[in-house]
Amino acid sequence: MASVSASPFSSAFEYAPAPESRAVVDIAPSYGLFIDGEFVEAAEGRVFKTVSPSTEEVLSEVAQAGEADVDRAVKAARKAFEKWSALPGSERAKYLFRIARIIQERSRELAVLETLDNGKPIKETRDADLPLVAAHFFYYAGWADKLGHAGFGTNPRPLGVAGQVIPWNFPLLMLAWKIAPALATGNTVVLKPAETTPLSALFFADICRQAGLPKGVVNILPGYGDTGAALVAHPDVNKVAFTGSTAVGKEIARTVAGSRKKLTLELGGKGANIVFDDAPIDQAVEGIVTGIFFNQGQVCCAGSRLLVQESIQDELLDSLKRRLSTLRLGDPLDKNTDIGAINSAEQLARITSLVAAGEAEGAERWSPACELPSSGYWFAPTLFTNVTQAHTIARDEIFGPVLSVLTFRTPDEAVAKANNTQYGLSAGIWTEKGSRILAVANKLRAGVVWSNTFNKFDPTSPFGGYKESGFGREGGRHGLEAYLDV
Amino acid sequence: MPTTASTALPLKDVTASNSTLRRFLHGLPGVDAVGLEARAASLGTRSIKTTAKAYAIDLAISMVDLTTLEGADTPGKVRALGAKAVRPDPTDRTAPATAAVCVYPDMVAVAKEAVAGSAVKVASVATAFPAGRAALGVKLADVRDAVAAGADEIDMVIDRGAFLAGDYLKVYEEIVAVKEACGASARLKVIFETGELSTYDNIRRASWLGMIAGADFIKTSTGKVAVNATPANTLLMLEAVRDFRAQTGIQVGVKPAGGIRTTKDAVKFLVVVNETVGEDWLDNHWFRFGASSLLNDLLMQRQKLATGRYSGPDYVTVD
Repeated sequence: MASVSASPFSSAFEYAPAPESRAVVDIAPSYGLFIDGEFVEAAEGRVFKTVSPSTEEVLSEVAQAGEADVDRAVKAARKAFEKWSALPGSERAKYLFRIARIIQERSRELAVLETLDNGKPIKETRDADLPLVAAHFFYYAGWADKLGHAGFGTNPRPLGVAGQVIPWNFPLLMLAWKIAPALATGNTVVLKPAETTPLSALFFADICRQAGLPKGVVNILPGYGDTGAALVAHPDVNKVAFTGSTAVGKEIARTVAGSRKKLTLELGGKGANIVFDDAPIDQAVEGIVTGIFFNQGQVCCAGSRLLVQESIQDELLDSLKRRLSTLRLGDPLDKNTDIGAINSAEQLARITSLVAAGEAEGAERWSPACELPSSGYWFAPTLFTNVTQAHTIARDEIFGPVLSVLTFRTPDEAVAKANNTQYGLSAGIWTEKGSRILAVANKLRAGVVWSNTFNKFDPTSPFGGYKESGFGREGGRHGLEAYLDV
Repeated sequence: MPTTASTALPLKDVTASNSTLRRFLHGLPGVDAVGLEARAASLGTRSIKTTAKAYAIDLAISMVDLTTLEGADTPGKVRALGAKAVRPDPTDRTAPATAAVCVYPDMVAVAKEAVAGSAVKVASVATAFPAGRAALGVKLADVRDAVAAGADEIDMVIDRGAFLAGDYLKVYEEIVAVKEACGASARLKVIFETGELSTYDNIRRASWLGMIAGADFIKTSTGKVAVNATPANTLLMLEAVRDFRAQTGIQVGVKPAGGIRTTKDAVKFLVVVNETVGEDWLDNHWFRFGASSLLNDLLMQRQKLATGRYSGPDYVTVD
């Protein structure tokens, strides 16, 4: 059938580039360690470069902390602890509220910085990361003067110096998850950001100064794994908090074993996203996309195993493939970008090798037509079908934009397969039947179970895992416990 | 009689009785309201700039059903509207014409004359618009009148009372009858009045019901109630036409109507079309805006893009 009138348009509806301005952030050519309220050089004078994963451009040169620096920082934190822990909770709250407000005021700058250093789309740093970062500080600021009412006795005491090691997937958000409850409960902090994403933590150090936070309460030590190991092993650290890989988590557990240090671990995951045949299909497709392609799949609670009821497998996969074809991959600073860059060459290599294993084991690989930029670290959204529990890609955490699709026939089988993993961090259930949501959720061994949604976060909601996904909880009232002597 | 989907194979038995129809409509996948609205909101954050914006504005203008549906409508008003539809911006002849003018049945002849010689269509809201509360015979007479006067398109309202009472077969049969009254010359747009259907599940069911009965277009609303077109209900209806085409091979158009007043809003709707059903629906044969005040904002934004400056309300016509 012909159009009403001859179409005056020749091209399709292509979106013109809509880049966020880099001018809002001023990255210095070099940064020091942040110890006792000052930026200082590393004792051994070592530095490393941090690059933008989408372009491989060197963003800055950062001091690399060694053992002597760790010792210096822990001493500063120990000294600051006396005064900080003695402050009334309402006084500590003032600092936290001030930090939260400064984060909101500087949120555009921080969002652009995080996108540059991490490679994730500005859409996510702007709309997900930064609002959550501010919300965590606001939330725990509210707890600071109410600790006696949190269910841990009338006068719970802080632990002392917290040594915290965070990953590169949500650099600023993981910092907020760690620092906000630690400060609210009266602890002081030495934090090591990941070597590929140190910048937002250093900007946070500046925010601490801007907020007038007493010296030594927060110390930031960029560095590699050896810096983290030195921090974890330091005898004067009272509390260790780690988010990262299960392998490193196990090593930390061994280091800390036998000491009086309190430990919480947030480790890997292989979340099951279960879609029943009566699910709201179009929204389930959105939830699957959010579950595995949010932050390029570099999310420990990603829904990386799709368990779909066999009776709707074809229909769902057709919809999912059609939807994946609309994902926009490219410049993370473009406001219309859905999929950004993989964080590092090393991570890209890990994803590539696991995907190769999936193909070698006979799973069927599919990606939408998708042009990858010529520089930077990129991986196209990928779907594996014909996957069984016996495949490596159904068991190992890939930490990339790779979804493994498995099928089930009955709710019992879905539960059995979902729980058949060494991990237990997250799961999703998609069904229109409310009673099934409750019945299935109760049987899943996972720290978070989302129903008819996925990857929703809120500071009031505790987060943490079962089995090799770690122990302890962050967020919510439960998150206070890890920093209190209870 | 034109072929309708009910005679096409996959849906042949659905309309045998009210209970088969009910079973079919209630067997459609559910809609999660929170998820649907979140998706519509996320599409609303797309940043459409420069050349893409210019393209979207012209596309939107060409999709407008320029509408006047007032008790006070006169031949003079309708003639002015027709002239504007043909030549929306007298200062810039490169501005595309709108898709149609939309008027009450008694104004069809006037509108037809006003757009004569152009590609602009005349649409008419027949079937006892906007309440639809009249006997079927009256509604059909309304339609036949409009078609006889030259209407190219008929916008019919469904019987929401029958729909909400679960009498799907009655709604179906009315649409079939109206479609027949449209004959071969007029395309049929079926208005659900989504604000009155209230739930997204109902909107999806109504969409399928309308398409099975032979609608050429499905349309959100009359513009006469509190809740009219939203990105979310339009997204849902687009999913329905997409799924319907996949099952039957028949393509149906979509028309959000009421409450879309700004260029920003219109662009958001186009993004929803683009990312839900894509290019196949991105022209005025398959997608329309039912609007009266949208056009002037589109024209002012168009002038802004062309000159780099905002003009003002006196640089677009008031008709």
